[in-house]
Amino acid sequence: MEKDIKFFTNGKRIDGRAIDELRNIKIEVGVFKRADGSSYIEWGGNKIYCAVYGPREAYPRFLQKSDRAILKCRYNMASFAVEERKRPGPSRRGVEIGKVTQGALEPALLLENFPKCMVEVNIEVIQADAGTRCAGITAASVALANAGIPMKELVPACAAGKVEDKIVLDLCKEEDNYGQADLPLALLPRRNEFSLLQMDGDLTEEQLEEALDLGRKGCLQVYEIQKEALKKKYITEDVLNE
Amino acid sequence: MSSVLSDIKKDYIISLLKNGKREDGRGLNDMRDLKIELGIANKAEGSCFVQIGDTKVIAGVKCETGAPFPDTPNQGVFTTNAELIPMASPDFEAGPPREDSIELARIVDRGIRESGAIDFQKLVIKEGELVRVLFVDIHIMDYNGNLFDAAGIAAIGALYNTKMPVLDEEGKKTEELMPLPMKKIPVPCTYAKIADSILYDPSMEEESVMDSRITATTEDNGRISAMQKGDVGSFKKEEILDIVRRSKVKGDEVRALLKEKFSEMR
Repeated sequence: MEKDIKFFTNGKRIDGRAIDELRNIKIEVGVFKRADGSSYIEWGGNKIYCAVYGPREAYPRFLQKSDRAILKCRYNMASFAVEERKRPGPSRRGVEIGKVTQGALEPALLLENFPKCMVEVNIEVIQADAGTRCAGITAASVALANAGIPMKELVPACAAGKVEDKIVLDLCKEEDNYGQADLPLALLPRRNEFSLLQMDGDLTEEQLEEALDLGRKGCLQVYEIQKEALKKKYITEDVLNE
Repeated sequence: MSSVLSDIKKDYIISLLKNGKREDGRGLNDMRDLKIELGIANKAEGSCFVQIGDTKVIAGVKCETGAPFPDTPNQGVFTTNAELIPMASPDFEAGPPREDSIELARIVDRGIRESGAIDFQKLVIKEGELVRVLFVDIHIMDYNGNLFDAAGIAAIGALYNTKMPVLDEEGKKTEELMPLPMKKIPVPCTYAKIADSILYDPSMEEESVMDSRITATTEDNGRISAMQKGDVGSFKKEEILDIVRRSKVKGDEVRALLKEKFSEMR
């Protein structure tokens, strides 16, 4: 997959960032009327909407759990979100991302409060530019908070990776396509545990440790942005109501 | 919405309509606030965000090349697809396209195709062999009534917003970009019939109790390029003509906003 690309110039990356620098992230809370909770995230060139429904009765009924709610996560990419048109409808990639998203978010939620119910998370990618799953999880966590789903903590996500044998934070498109490794992570900040971990590429044990540390730092920065977005939403509303 | 609830709602909406009023305070011929934003997804060759009240729709255009249909060797190919994604409403489910989304896509498609809004002959690269293939994909993000107009406006907005690579004789992409050969701005206007009132731009509540609806697509010159009656009820001739007359006026208002957005783009 490697290609002749110069990943670093004067210590700066292709898009001018430092090794441990995130792309610009902007989160908006409560962007849809129908959904119980919603959010919009712009992360570098990614544009992603998220809508949450529930808790409501789980269907089909055989999916119901008598002691807790189930969490359904659907990740979908618009056909026009990428350079080559993507065929509309579910893809194997999308199904897998939905599954790992569920695994990343579920440990933060108090689903045992809602037996026989389901909570649905819909992630819709309108523009894709590397790192959509992390941006999706980040947005989904905020939308879940907006929906009032009881949770222990927010779940920020961020990728680390390796290009030209250097560990970098939040891969951009070129680094993702032609770099040496990609390690998307989601963090449960209060427990200090990872709830999303995927890796492809090639890392030594030392590099993995370095990447996990850097990824954790990135997640903590994302966590601050999530909290700010939620505060902005609710603090302004409170002030207006007074 | 459960049928008991919608019966109560229906009585309420009808009693308001008897006095020429609507639940949200609009007149029978008023549209909710319309917002149009062009170029919101830059991986798409063209894109458009449309908001009517709380209904939000995004349309994107992708351009490819391919073989023409055997019966139209001298025309480009145009496909419209709509997705009622579960994000937009608690009642939408994932899965293959439902009747509703297919009808929606086909109404939008006809409005654009039949108006001759696109000069399909200019989309030919090599007659009978290679033509441009246009995909318009419409995503419903937040469903609060009147998807037809929102989707139709978003589609035409995205087409006018499109910048596609100029192709050489072999059909290879060059660096240069060009707009689509657009000729007209068709605009759909949807009317709901409730009891004996006919109202423009039905809200979700109005749609849930309406007897029937008509979408009429008009062009700049006042011509009608597509119509579709939907749902169960029926219309008198006078009602249909009334809808067409009103569609021309309302269509022109929407067109004026679209033109303003198109001129800002250049």
